[in-house]
Amino acid sequence: MSATLTSAATLGDKVWERHVVRRGDPDLLYVDLHLVHEVTSPQAFDGLRMAGRRVRRPDLTLATMDHNVPTDDRRPDDLAQKQIEALVRNCDEFGVRLYALGSSDQGIVHVISPQLGLTQPGMVIVCGDSHTSTHGAFGALAFGIGTSEVEHVLATQTIPQARPTGMAITVDGELPSEVSAKDVILGTIARIGTGGGQGAIVEYRGSTIRRLSMEGRMTVCNMSIEAGARAGMIAPDDITFAYVEGRPLAPKGADWERALDEWRSLATDEGATFDREVRVDARELRPYVTWGTNPGQAETIDGAVPDPEALAEPAKREAARRALAYQALRPGTPIRDIAVDAVFIGSCTNGRIEDLRAAAEVVAGRRVRSGLRALVVPGSARVKEQAEREGLDRVFRDAGFEWRSAGCSMCLGMNPDVLRPGERCASTSNRNFEGRQGPGGRTHLVSPVVAAATAVKGAFALPSDLN
Amino acid sequence: MEKVTRIVGRAVPLDRADVDTDQIIPSSYLKRLERTGYEDGLFAAWRRDPAFVLNDPRHRGATVLVAGPNFGCGSSREHAAWALRDFGFRAVIAPSFADIFRSNCLRTGLVPVRLDHAAVQRLMRAVAADPATKVTVDVAAGRVRAPSAGIDAALDLDDAARTRLALGLDDIAVTLRAEAEIAAYEGRRAGWLPRTPVPAGRGAR
Repeated sequence: MSATLTSAATLGDKVWERHVVRRGDPDLLYVDLHLVHEVTSPQAFDGLRMAGRRVRRPDLTLATMDHNVPTDDRRPDDLAQKQIEALVRNCDEFGVRLYALGSSDQGIVHVISPQLGLTQPGMVIVCGDSHTSTHGAFGALAFGIGTSEVEHVLATQTIPQARPTGMAITVDGELPSEVSAKDVILGTIARIGTGGGQGAIVEYRGSTIRRLSMEGRMTVCNMSIEAGARAGMIAPDDITFAYVEGRPLAPKGADWERALDEWRSLATDEGATFDREVRVDARELRPYVTWGTNPGQAETIDGAVPDPEALAEPAKREAARRALAYQALRPGTPIRDIAVDAVFIGSCTNGRIEDLRAAAEVVAGRRVRSGLRALVVPGSARVKEQAEREGLDRVFRDAGFEWRSAGCSMCLGMNPDVLRPGERCASTSNRNFEGRQGPGGRTHLVSPVVAAATAVKGAFALPSDLN
Repeated sequence: MEKVTRIVGRAVPLDRADVDTDQIIPSSYLKRLERTGYEDGLFAAWRRDPAFVLNDPRHRGATVLVAGPNFGCGSSREHAAWALRDFGFRAVIAPSFADIFRSNCLRTGLVPVRLDHAAVQRLMRAVAADPATKVTVDVAAGRVRAPSAGIDAALDLDDAARTRLALGLDDIAVTLRAEAEIAAYEGRRAGWLPRTPVPAGRGAR
């Protein structure tokens, strides 16, 4: 990004500039919202306690529990329970609002903040979780931080940040049928690689992005980190404003008008430049299925498992060899011939109401393939409530899915929802790393409609394959 | 944080690209409440393989990890840096690091050293051929050296990061010196910006 704002500026530049507390190398940025969860915060609160520090702005801090929590009536294991109890104690001691298990506002941290209207355009948002990039869908600058930085933000409400570069990913054209926001981001990462966005704030632009709903935009920005980006952003527009308006913590009355004036000034100026630009033709995108052990190792559903020996670059060849050995896949196997043992629909990537609606439409009146374990885990207690109002829980249960309560669940294998060693899963989550969903588990990332169709078929499938 | 001025030691070659933090420390090891005690979780799944390089007795006691590009990608868990430190590593050398992992390293006192791809490959070969190969990461002087691999390069760290490491500074204390500027910024913030519903009678300003 350019260091000065003499003329045309990008969305990322503008949000950055409006948050500089002290200029330097690195700049010190003000944080408008700090989201906290049970796994990456206990050491940070301990640090405050030991140094005799307080939370500077409890009114800009919000906590929930999502990573560790069971999503059914099982109890957390003892260690998880201790982290959950520590969060309750810490929030109580430091005066931070906590949406605990059982609260109607509990849920995955990146799902609850937008639904409360707390995530708004132009904000700087941080959380001790890499998928904080999700909030960039609103035109906020949002990024994950480590526990020491969590402590720093709790104590100072600021964060020192080296200035990232700017990268534009422009997606134009109409999406083919059965291709979703998830496929936009999986297809993009397949093109630029897992390190393709390193050091950059990515701005997603173009007609395809403009037409995405807020849920779809959150899916895209969520996986920015899977391309290595510092953050992902989308300029706020009428779709954004309509989503925020009327939510519990959104500005009201005259404040709403003031906020709108500010938000309308955020979009990247005509003539602003990026350090790097990538173009993606939406018409070339297809539903993707990852075959390997990083999110860039993806193929279209019409394709086959690639042959590592055909890859020119030695490092990529070796990585593909290792991935296929771990995933127990043979080169040349058509993607549609790969059978799965489990299907997981949920996570901060695809656990919102629109995702559940899309999946429910596919499974309505159908049955999950016998012997296959299928889970639907709403991203928040509110999403669950909404889905139940719409009767989606019934659709999923009738089809043979387990209908769960809100949490990170099988996305990350640190609560009771895990794959068994060797189990293969079609998952709407964001990471297919070795052991991510449980030691020895094999993950394939897909969109909600592909996950739903795969649950019915027992092997990777599109909804149209079921007819 | 403890001061880190100069690291001299042997290295372990981990010739893999895109090593993610779920490999560095699987999520089942993240349930502790402490900042230390993560050594058992380090590469827990990979260490079950007797042929994994960290199990090679020739590299026992090494303090520098040499790895492929995009090291530390994925989750923001600082536990990854803690596990490397608790296991005994003091520096990681790679062609590139994931952003969050790199900043976690700096706050843990684990030095992330970026070297070009060719130099990293040379170092891996040198270490594989002779595990006694000596690597020096001189934070105070801003140099990284491994003469037998032909490496004598500037340390790719900005001055602020280098000073913090070398003096073992408390980041929060440093930032709080800007209290007046933080307070002034807070005074300028728009009134309509959202606030969280703090518990009654608590945290009011």
